[in-house]
Amino acid sequence: MDLGPHIAFILTAYGAAALVITGLVAWLVLDGRRLQRLVHELEARGVRRRSSPSQSR
Amino acid sequence: MPTTLTERLANPKRFIELSGRLLPWISGLAVGLLVIGLILAFTAPLDYQQGHAAKIMFVHVPSAWLAMFGYMLVAVSSFGLLVFRHPLADVSAKAGAPIGAAFTFLCLLTGSLWGKPMWGAFWVWDPRLSSVLILFLLYLGLIALRSSLDDEALAAKLTAVLSLVGIVILPVIKFSVEWNSLHQPASVMRLGAPTIHASLLWPLLVMAAGMTVLFLALYLKATRNEILRRRVRTLRTLAVAASAGLPGQPAE
Repeated sequence: MDLGPHIAFILTAYGAAALVITGLVAWLVLDGRRLQRLVHELEARGVRRRSSPSQSR
Repeated sequence: MPTTLTERLANPKRFIELSGRLLPWISGLAVGLLVIGLILAFTAPLDYQQGHAAKIMFVHVPSAWLAMFGYMLVAVSSFGLLVFRHPLADVSAKAGAPIGAAFTFLCLLTGSLWGKPMWGAFWVWDPRLSSVLILFLLYLGLIALRSSLDDEALAAKLTAVLSLVGIVILPVIKFSVEWNSLHQPASVMRLGAPTIHASLLWPLLVMAAGMTVLFLALYLKATRNEILRRRVRTLRTLAVAASAGLPGQPAE
């Protein structure tokens, strides 16, 4: 594909967009997994919120 | 029993369940729209004045719109916290800020990469560029202010106040192109018909739709993460209280 004399600017713009969006997705997914794991670990140790079903019943 | 959608979503547990079901569909829709948008963008005819460089528009313009949309989202959430004390308002404001900041950064970067071949400079202290830079600094200020305070409730209130004060930047950005600006005036969101040709408008609208849905997917995920982070903190507090033989704190 011919992107003319400004190809470097165009590819850098799209590359930067891809990089920023990939970074955001990776950060959110990894952070979510870490937090989910922490919740499971704490609940496995028997720590429960008052509102959790196992205690409210 | 909660009846309205807002009331149902006010329950973090219910929000986690609902967003967990929606997130894969929203993410898939975003990917689909972006793929179609990119194909349309790179097969669109060349702009008669700017040639290939106008392809940067398809990522720059949606980023600019989302930079402002993100700030509006943070400000509305902050209003919800200060006025209605909605349980998820602060979660929403906190989740939206880094995503809005990322899209503002993208807007500035892609604008700079578009400006160099068209204006001959990566940066000029133009009203539009400067006001978007202020928006980016506002986002960073909100994130920094929140992370600098240990008291979560105080941090939430102060960042909410700052975000509401900072909302004045949005009309400044919108109307800055009228003030002796090098930046071109609005060609899509304006009174009257768009001034951009349909062959370039449609790829732009599809890319904008794709990036907006992507923004919403990222925002939903960030909101879920923030709810989980608060749940972890609550559980840790309860664990410490239990080990010390104290009554636990109320749940989130």
